[in-house]
Amino acid sequence: MAFALSPGREAHFEKLLREYPDRRAVAIPLMHLCQEQAGWLSPEAIDYVAERLTMPTATIQGIATFYTSLFTKPMAPNRVWVCRTLACELRGACEVQQHLRALWKCDAGGTSADGRFALMKAECLAGCGYGPVVQVNDRYIENFSLGELEQRIEEAVAEGPSPMPGLGAKPSEEGADV
Amino acid sequence: MSEQTQQLSESGAEPRVDEAALRAWPKRLTARYGVARSWTLPVAEKHGAYELARRALTTMSPDEIRAEVKASDLRGRGGAGFPMGVKWGFLAPKEGDEVYLVVNADEGEPGTFKDRSIMEHDPHRLLEGIVIACFAVGAHRAFIYLRCELVTAWRRLEQAIVDARQRGFLGPRPFGVDHPIEIVVHPGAGAYICGEETALLNSLEGKRGEPRLKPPFPAVKGAFGMPTLVNNVESIAAIPTIIELGGEAFSALSRLPRDGGVRLYGISGHVKRPGIYEGPVGLTLRELICGFGGGMLHNERPLKGVIPGGASSPVIRPEDRVEAADEAHPLHPWHGKSHLDVPMGVDTFRGLGGMLGTCCAIAMDTSVSMVAAARNLMNFYAHESCGQCTPCREGTGWLLDTMRRLCEGNGQESDVHLLAETANNMTGNTICAFADGTVMPMLGVVRKYYDEFLMAARSAKPLALLNEPQVSSFGSTAANPVEHHAPSDPSTAAAAASPEGAA
Repeated sequence: MAFALSPGREAHFEKLLREYPDRRAVAIPLMHLCQEQAGWLSPEAIDYVAERLTMPTATIQGIATFYTSLFTKPMAPNRVWVCRTLACELRGACEVQQHLRALWKCDAGGTSADGRFALMKAECLAGCGYGPVVQVNDRYIENFSLGELEQRIEEAVAEGPSPMPGLGAKPSEEGADV
Repeated sequence: MSEQTQQLSESGAEPRVDEAALRAWPKRLTARYGVARSWTLPVAEKHGAYELARRALTTMSPDEIRAEVKASDLRGRGGAGFPMGVKWGFLAPKEGDEVYLVVNADEGEPGTFKDRSIMEHDPHRLLEGIVIACFAVGAHRAFIYLRCELVTAWRRLEQAIVDARQRGFLGPRPFGVDHPIEIVVHPGAGAYICGEETALLNSLEGKRGEPRLKPPFPAVKGAFGMPTLVNNVESIAAIPTIIELGGEAFSALSRLPRDGGVRLYGISGHVKRPGIYEGPVGLTLRELICGFGGGMLHNERPLKGVIPGGASSPVIRPEDRVEAADEAHPLHPWHGKSHLDVPMGVDTFRGLGGMLGTCCAIAMDTSVSMVAAARNLMNFYAHESCGQCTPCREGTGWLLDTMRRLCEGNGQESDVHLLAETANNMTGNTICAFADGTVMPMLGVVRKYYDEFLMAARSAKPLALLNEPQVSSFGSTAANPVEHHAPSDPSTAAAAASPEGAA
C-alpha cells in the first residue's frame, strides 16, 4: 500500500521545506515524521521520502540504515532502550537489562513474549548522573529502583505516544507545559 | 556539610576540599535551573532572559560583541577546547555568502550530560546566546543539531522558539533591529559521530553522518557550502553572561589563564551526589568528586580511577603524580602532586598527557574491573564508528574482540600487546578524530592498569564489571531541582527542595 503523510504532518513537512536552503536537508526530519506516523520506515515509506525530496531511493535507504533511531524493520509498539554505556553500567544497568529479559522472556534486540515491547540496548543517553537510564518510547526513566521499574514503564506507556516535537507548535502566552 | 573530606586513596594526607565554598559559588549559567517552570518564556523573562540580547543588539556593534567574546578566553565546551573567539575570527564570508550558525547539541560522549540540562531547564538562555551570536557574526539562520533521543529538550526548544518569535525576540526584526534571525531545531537520528562537526554538517544536509576531509574547514565551507560556525550548546549559552560581565571580567572568574570563565561540571559513577554543577574553570577533580559529588558512594571503597571528561579522555588514577621538576615547566606549581589536584583546564590536562574533554567525570571505586570497564567503552566505539575509514572501522572491532577475549577468560598475554599494536595502527590514519578518541583511553587504561590486564589474560574466568555488591547502587538519589534534575518529571523540578537535601 502506498505511503502518504497525514494532513497535519504534510503541513509540517511544507514548513520544514521553507526552513532549509536545500530540499535534501529535510530527509532526516521527514523520515522522523514518517516513522512517527507508521512506527517504522517501510520500503513504501522510503520510496515516498525519496520521491518527495527527488532523491534516489538507494540514497534514502543508505541514510535510514546509517542511523540507530530510524527503523527499517517493523517494531513492537513500545520501544524500551536500556543504556549500557559505562556510567549506567556502574550504577546497575546490567541488573536492569537482566530484569527486563526475565520479565519479558526475550533478549536484547528481541520482542517481549506478549509482543508489546521491543527491548534494546542504547549507547549513552546523556543521563549519566541519574543512571541507570531507561528510555520508553520518547520518555526517560531515571532515578528509579528496580522494584518500581515495571510500574514506571507502564506509566510511560499509558501516557501514550506524543507527537513529534514542533508538530503543530503554537505560541503560548503562559508558556506551554511541555 | 563541614565533615572531614573523604580520603580518595588509602595512603597519605590529602588536601581538604572546601565544600561550602564550592556550593556557595554564585550561579550564573544555571541561575534559572531551580525556578519552577524555568523553561517557559514568562518565567525565564521574569528572571532576566533576553535582557542581554536586547542590550547587545540595541547598544553594541557586531565588532564590539566579537571583541568581548574574544576577551572572554572561553575555550569550546564540546571537548576540544578551541578558543571560541579565535574560531569566530576564522569566518570571512565573501560577497553573497550566507553565514550559518550551527549549535552542536548532539551530546553523546559517555559520561557527558551537561548540555541536556541547559536545554531542558533553560532553553531561552541558549536561544538568547544564539541571537547574540548570529548578530555578531552576521548569520541570519541558526540550526540546533539536537540528538533526537532528547525529546524533552527538543519539545522545550521548539516551544521556546515559537514563543520567543511571537514576542519579537526572533524573526524579521529581533528587538526592533534590522537583522532577521530564524532558529531551526534539526533532529539527529542516533549516531555519536554526528557530534564531530563535519559529520554533523553532513547529517544536517540530509546525508549519512560521515566526517569530511578538512580543509576546507567549516568556517570557509560548512553547511550547504557556506561559511559556518559550529559551537557547542554550553559555549553559546555562556554568551549572555559574557555580555553581562564583559569579556575580561568573565575570563577573570576562571582560576586559570587563557581558559576563561565559568562552566558546567558533571560527575557520575560511584559518588554520593552525581549531577551537574556550576563552577569556575580550573576546579580540580578532587573538588569535583569530594565537593560537588559528596565523596565516594561507599565510604569503604576508595577511588580507583576517574575518567575526567567523557569516555575519550584517558583515565586518571589517584596515585598519578605530576612530574615537572623543571621550574620552566608550565605544570611546575603542581610538581609531585596528584593529578586529582591539578586544575582542570585545556592546557593543564594536555600537559598531563591526557585530555580535559567535557569536564563531566565518571568516578570508579575499587569494586570496578578496569578491564571490564575498558571493554564497555570499546563496545561503544565499535558500535559508533561510522565505518568510513578502514583503520577505525576494523580497528575498533579488533579492540572489542580482543577485550572480549580478555573479559571472557579466553585471552592470552599477547592480547594485551595486541591492544597496543592495534591502537597504534589506528591513530593518525583516519579522516576525523574518532579513532584517536578511541585509542587514547584504550592505551591509557592498558598502561595504567597493566598488571590487571595481564591477570585477566592469565585467568580463565570471565570478568564482571563490578566485583562487590552494589548496595544502594541506584534508586537512592533524591531529586534536587538544581543539581539532580529529573527531566522526565517536571513536577519534581517545581518542588523546591533544599540544596543540601540530596545526600
